[in-house]
Amino acid sequence: MTAKRYVARSTEIAARVLGDEVMIMSARDSTLFSLNEVATLIWEAADGKTPLEEIVADKICARYDVAPDVALRDAEELVEELATRGILVLSETPVAPASAMSKGAA
Amino acid sequence: MPGVTPAPARSGVVVEIGGVPIRLCADDSGFLNMLQSRYTGFVAPSAPARFEFEINLTSPGSASVDEDVSVKWDSGRWFMERGDFRAEWNPKTARGKIRQAAYPYALDSVLRIVHSLLLAEDGSFLLHASSAVRSGRAFLFTGVSGAGKTTMMRLAPPDATLLTDEISYVKRHGEEFEAFGTPFAGELGRPGENLRAPIAAVYLLAKGQKNKLEPLRSGDAARALLANILFFAQDRALVRAVFEAACQFASRVPVQRLTFVPDARVWELIG
Repeated sequence: MTAKRYVARSTEIAARVLGDEVMIMSARDSTLFSLNEVATLIWEAADGKTPLEEIVADKICARYDVAPDVALRDAEELVEELATRGILVLSETPVAPASAMSKGAA
Repeated sequence: MPGVTPAPARSGVVVEIGGVPIRLCADDSGFLNMLQSRYTGFVAPSAPARFEFEINLTSPGSASVDEDVSVKWDSGRWFMERGDFRAEWNPKTARGKIRQAAYPYALDSVLRIVHSLLLAEDGSFLLHASSAVRSGRAFLFTGVSGAGKTTMMRLAPPDATLLTDEISYVKRHGEEFEAFGTPFAGELGRPGENLRAPIAAVYLLAKGQKNKLEPLRSGDAARALLANILFFAQDRALVRAVFEAACQFASRVPVQRLTFVPDARVWELIG
């Protein structure tokens, strides 16, 4: 059985919703990122205490016509990529969440 | 005390940019006269200085202005360095030192860095942009080198007042943003006027075959701003502050892409 994975937003970034876009800047090296729709759903749900599997079921499979195992595999690839870039933190145990991102006026 | 002569107070020039008076002290009267002339319009003899820098002049040597700037925070002080200057600044004591040759480019850079640090803490920033005031409102023109920032100032109608053709000073004031004039000149070779005005719009410049305005989505606007904000320090808190400032600005001030033919009619689209 695969261990549960927990995802939390990194404290090393600044993030903001502008219009329909989530913009993230790495405070480490000032690199700027923009998340697509699916990445945004995972990002918003990455509270450090909800398992990734549950996030995928509740936020992705409930919204898109996709098989749960395919969605989970894609999500795992995505969170690993975001973790490599310092945007998310991955753990096999629950982690303390970073503060919520700011909501832009636009 | 007998036999001890107190050191005379060093002469100085107070340069006020963005409402922040900074006293620049040096022993060399010729250098101070050059500063008076270079920052004319921004010299504020009677303003109580908020910060003071002591400038120690060195021989010109082979110092290069092409090297990268290094800006680091250590033990309560900012350390700034490039091929042609070394400076340190303690914001708490409001004092700093600059070691440079007697030409103005190094000091321009130190002032830009100091102002960029002060502005970042305040949700504000320096933008690589030209700007002008018309009918009491400021219009900013940003873009890569060669995009037309100076050209837009050359084409400006007679009732437009130049704030800068190189570095725009953007300061948050409550929920609004204001542009201040700066003495930092680009190809135009003349400083801006020392005045301020609320910012009406920012234009991301591109030269083309016809004049055209396209609104930018706020995400694209923030990206364009971040690409053109002058920021030197590798400091995580300030990086966050600059990001937040750019996003705030993009959500409050219209940012449009301006494709233009370089003739005066382009100003018919501004406003």
